[in-house]
Amino acid sequence: MRFLEVVLTIAWKDAVAELHTREILSAMLVFSLLALFVFSFALDLRGEMAEAAAPGVLWATAAFAGTLGLSRSMAREQQTGCIEGLLLAPVDRSAIFLGKALGNLLFIVLVEIVLLPLFAGLFDAPLLRPEVFLVTALGTVGYAAVGTLLAAIAVNTRAREVMLPVLLLPLAFPALIAAVQATGGLVEGGALSDVASWIRLLVVYDLVIVAVSVLTFDYVLEE
Amino acid sequence: MERKDTVGLILVLLSAVAVFAALWMVFFYAPREVTMGEVQRIFYFHVASAWVGFFAFFITCLAGIIYLLRGGRRWDILALSSVEVGLTFITMTVITGSLWARPVWGTYWTWEPRLTISALQLLIYLAYGMLRGAIESPERRARFAAVYGIIAFVTVPLSWFAIRWWRTIHPDILTGGEGMAITPRMIHTLLASLGAFTLLYVTLLRSRIRLERAADTVDRLRLQISQDPRRGRLS
Repeated sequence: MRFLEVVLTIAWKDAVAELHTREILSAMLVFSLLALFVFSFALDLRGEMAEAAAPGVLWATAAFAGTLGLSRSMAREQQTGCIEGLLLAPVDRSAIFLGKALGNLLFIVLVEIVLLPLFAGLFDAPLLRPEVFLVTALGTVGYAAVGTLLAAIAVNTRAREVMLPVLLLPLAFPALIAAVQATGGLVEGGALSDVASWIRLLVVYDLVIVAVSVLTFDYVLEE
Repeated sequence: MERKDTVGLILVLLSAVAVFAALWMVFFYAPREVTMGEVQRIFYFHVASAWVGFFAFFITCLAGIIYLLRGGRRWDILALSSVEVGLTFITMTVITGSLWARPVWGTYWTWEPRLTISALQLLIYLAYGMLRGAIESPERRARFAAVYGIIAFVTVPLSWFAIRWWRTIHPDILTGGEGMAITPRMIHTLLASLGAFTLLYVTLLRSRIRLERAADTVDRLRLQISQDPRRGRLS
């Protein structure tokens, strides 16, 4: 099989498994709604306050929900013994990484597709713009990539699920700041050129993270 | 077992002399800063510890790369030791930063870029320590720690740009901007502090490496004794 075919097959496998169990997406979605509730009441989000806080709350919710999906998806690989099958298959390790990352990206993006209109309605923020979709996509790619690498590490430790957020959040810091700032600039009515430096930072983050993850994933799986 | 460590002794003495010399320069050689007054003197150790912290994590990243490429317990020991020593210095940066911020900006904590990046590094490498603590197998621990040490260090400059664009109120040193009036004597003192702290880092790193090697030896001996009970009966 060609490289790209392997990547897509692995991502497809995750999607099909999820179609059968629906445990990851439902957990992520319900958690997101709960987080939204908690933030709304904790910060008393109404009126102008709501619009100003919307980008931060959106990304915080997506990031936390993301950690749930990332660790569950990797734990499932291990519980079902699927990861051993993948390792035995005569495919490139970087293809395994990209396939898993693509699957995780799909889950997080699906959650964001639900979150964006919800936030736009609840917080009265103009989030349903193509520019916001671009920022969301760029922010999520890097997060899913580094998250997949660290989830593969975390699942092999004693602390497991507890370990992932501790490892992931400080490393996702640049992407989160850039995504929140870019989304904020767009919500305030700015054009894409007003937030160009944040978008550039997101692109650099994505490229660097994907490259380093592809190079090091081999060593994470080596058993 | 008890070997004489001449190099270590020399390093300790040199570091002591360097740190005390730097301390003397900070208090007696460097002039009193005009706008901030005496409290500005914390700047020399603050900057020096921030530099050493960052450098230490760079060494960890480097040791991680070599470990993944070539293997060898010594690179893992270097990575681990450098993180621990680096954490000490970065903690010092965060503490001296807050002490400085209180009289100058009127608050113990500001989300100022350089202070924030130090605090972030503190969190990242605490996570590194937790990761090591959560893995049983020494080989896997070394491998995962190396991967984390590499990818973590790569994100530090990116975080730096992100925080910097986000906000900045730090005194603009060296360019002599609005924040602080810098004189040649201040530069000398800063360089002396940097030198002293780097030397202290090398000394501490060396001790930490020796400690880890000694722990390895103890483990090996214990294993030998448990495998052959007769040899365990001492005296």
